[in-house]
Amino acid sequence: MKQVMSFKINGMIFEEEIDHRRTLLEVLRENFGLLGTHKGCDEGQCGACTVLVDGKAVNSCLILAVGVQGKEITTIEGMAQGDKLHPIQEEFINAGAIQCGFCTPGMILSAKALLDKNPDPTENEIRNGLCGNLCRCTGYFQIIEAVSKAAERMRKEA
Amino acid sequence: MKEEFSNIGKGIPKVDSVLKATGKAAFGADSFLPGMLHGKVLRSTVPHAKIVNIDASAALKLPGVKAVTTGKDFLWGLKFGFSSQYRDQAPLAQDKVRYIGDEVAAVAAIDEDIAEEALDLIKVDYDILPAVFDPFEAMKEGAPLIHEDKPNNICAESHIGFGDVEKGFQESDHVREDEFWTQAVKHGFIEPHAALGLWDSSGKATIWANKQSPYVASRKMAMALGLKPSQLRLVQTFVGGGFGSARSDPHALDFCALLLSRKTGRPVKIVYTMEDVLLMGEMRHPFYLKVKTGMKKDGTLKAMQTYVVADGGAFTSIGPITINLAALSTDLPFYIPNVKYDAVRVFTNKGHCGSLRGHGVPQVRWALGQQLDMMCNDLGLDITEVSIKNAVHTGDVTPRGLKIQSCGLTECIEKAVEASGWKEKKGKLPPYRGIGMSAGSYYTGVKISGHNSASCIIRMNEDGTASVQTGATDIGQGSCTVISQIVAEVLGLRMQDITINCGVDTDFTPLDPGTYGSRVTFFSGNAAKLAAEDARRQLAEQAGKMLEVKPEELIFKDRKVYPAANPEKALKIDALIRHLGQKMASKNKTVWGRANYDFDLPYLDFKSGRGNVSPAYAFGVDVVEVEVDPETGKITIVNMVGAHDVGRVLNLTNCVGQVNGSWIMCQGQAMFEDLKRDPADGHVLNPNFMEYKLPTSMDIPRKVEHILVESIDPNGPFGAKEAGEGASVGWLHAFGNAVADAIGERFYDLPITPEKVLRAIRKKQSETSARSN
Repeated sequence: MKQVMSFKINGMIFEEEIDHRRTLLEVLRENFGLLGTHKGCDEGQCGACTVLVDGKAVNSCLILAVGVQGKEITTIEGMAQGDKLHPIQEEFINAGAIQCGFCTPGMILSAKALLDKNPDPTENEIRNGLCGNLCRCTGYFQIIEAVSKAAERMRKEA
Repeated sequence: MKEEFSNIGKGIPKVDSVLKATGKAAFGADSFLPGMLHGKVLRSTVPHAKIVNIDASAALKLPGVKAVTTGKDFLWGLKFGFSSQYRDQAPLAQDKVRYIGDEVAAVAAIDEDIAEEALDLIKVDYDILPAVFDPFEAMKEGAPLIHEDKPNNICAESHIGFGDVEKGFQESDHVREDEFWTQAVKHGFIEPHAALGLWDSSGKATIWANKQSPYVASRKMAMALGLKPSQLRLVQTFVGGGFGSARSDPHALDFCALLLSRKTGRPVKIVYTMEDVLLMGEMRHPFYLKVKTGMKKDGTLKAMQTYVVADGGAFTSIGPITINLAALSTDLPFYIPNVKYDAVRVFTNKGHCGSLRGHGVPQVRWALGQQLDMMCNDLGLDITEVSIKNAVHTGDVTPRGLKIQSCGLTECIEKAVEASGWKEKKGKLPPYRGIGMSAGSYYTGVKISGHNSASCIIRMNEDGTASVQTGATDIGQGSCTVISQIVAEVLGLRMQDITINCGVDTDFTPLDPGTYGSRVTFFSGNAAKLAAEDARRQLAEQAGKMLEVKPEELIFKDRKVYPAANPEKALKIDALIRHLGQKMASKNKTVWGRANYDFDLPYLDFKSGRGNVSPAYAFGVDVVEVEVDPETGKITIVNMVGAHDVGRVLNLTNCVGQVNGSWIMCQGQAMFEDLKRDPADGHVLNPNFMEYKLPTSMDIPRKVEHILVESIDPNGPFGAKEAGEGASVGWLHAFGNAVADAIGERFYDLPITPEKVLRAIRKKQSETSARSN
């Protein structure tokens, strides 16, 4: 069954007729062309589809779109302000935290959820905060370093 | 004097990382075309059976379904494989299915849900055949034959020897024989396979796919579709991780996307689910290994003998090379005068195995590297000293014929020993703490049959920038970045002056063998360096005339060209290019730098296994320190030190990232990953990341330290060798040695799970208490 649904994604209102059975991941990718949200396992195990819903990192493949109407949704496309990248994005680039890049958007959003809640995390807290996002390329070390550096910068810039 | 570089060696961020950090890099599933249909692939539900009939009539009646394809739509008999005697794979199963998951049909529909629903409506009648899942059973007389032309299910053999291994054992003071096993592990990339096919009315078949060796895949696809290579165009998208042949070979979805496109006249996209990826073929070969080493009392290695049974699964894939490359690692990184190696690769009714980071070498080193540790313990020798004693050196030609032209192995061992505190820790750590080490080596590209040279084209632009076309595929390892650095260095440009194709298009980009065998930096990097030098030569010729100096006296630096003796007489490089292109009186000239690169090497000799197989060899030493919880059996890696000789470090951040990634992939195999199968029908029991456990950020070592040893290779681009694959060859046995040191019990199979550790600790405790009673 379809109905008109309305979403607030990256600060913009999106409205479209959508089937009830569609997941947030499918709607972001297929209806709104937000392809930076990646479909990896499609069952909540890899974290490649992580987005923020009201600031909380969630696997968008496990959420039905119909349930997140009216909530603030942030995808990777909403991280940069125009050409100005978010400090987390910049530190991922500088630290070598990106290899194939498939896990990167989800990883960056998990990092944002973590740092918004805990601006000064210990290394262990960073490892904890990213444990829902699988990365096969980097072995995580440079990602952890990037999040740590981003946290430091964000604290200074705040 | 240390050479001064502007771009080489620096931790320059990857050229594609802004796209990737902002979600703008288009991966396999991100390809779209107007009017596109969606496809799904039907897999066999039985392990071994003749296909009697496939009835798709009900599926075709489902509203939204546009076409169904089966093996019959593909030209009968046209199969693909890595060489002529090993072509045994077809786009879809033809006469029979050979494992649960083998592809039998595919559907195109207006959306994925309908395509999926249609799969359930396809009725396949099977005539069930007996199946075999264990390689030892498969080799027995009377076992069901998986390929009728392969007696005893032997897919391939490798018998290599040099020196006299029996004499070597006789001359040894200590000889050990042990058995080891390794398990099936998957590449574990997070992006599933995806293909968008368009077979248009002109007869051209174009496919957009996330392939790591597009030229390899496109040739095989053309082969099995009965097309000329030029009729098939493969456009590579960004690739969400590679790690081996799973991304180099074509799969059913690639063929079916094209065939269904031809049938429907519309583009067809097929994206596999992670379940598809995990249960289909392509994974690391499980090995059974019987290994025997002979050593003198002083630690000198006299002989090594290895027997391997590789469980190949249902098809050949690249398996004959796997067992051949594994042979290479029976002696390297040591100088051993007597070596014998015998291996068989056996067909079984399971998904086929191929190459995965390290390609056969980690399995063999897991056995030999642990046995070396056991022998050192037996004789009271320090394994690090024994490793130095037997290490190969620059200038060595090994008994097999490998020419070692650069080698920092001894320095790697010394530095890793120092940084890890080995001398203070080995044998001196408290109970349930242990330390282990490994030494390993890996080649920098080997020459197998087929196309081997790399090429590069560089266009100099009027604004002083360079457009680089490479045939290399960047799967995240950073080849686009390193090639850009090389070109920038030669032409005196900055990184932002280089534009490079992040993606291969087999119709247009320069030919390249592909991303495998750790060859890209060396081969494609050398091609880029030569192409840049070709462009520089043309620019220098004109600049020499204008500045009235010999071209070879000119320096290219900081976007300027100037005589070494007179830096103030500099020409701006953009002005020079414009002068050539726009202002010369009679004939304008666009500057193109072009080059082809290959290393003069014989093809890999499968029969004798002799001769040099690679232009360069990388070396590495890993030291792992673990802590075992005797209550739970949980192993924590408290520290890891790696000293790796990768030749010249072209990009420090990339090299460290490659070593890290390699290590943690190995950690997965060592501690968590195991593709489990039902012994009754061989089906994969854990085709998901909940039960097939990749390491997470919570599992990795508490601390890591990297030491990069730069033995400048005479033939590498700026002296570089491979980095990233070689770091996988030593990890497993370094870890095995550390665990044995911690609990006093040795593990012979993988993964080393907490259950196994607990069992070993209890066994040890009961033995100790039995002795004390």
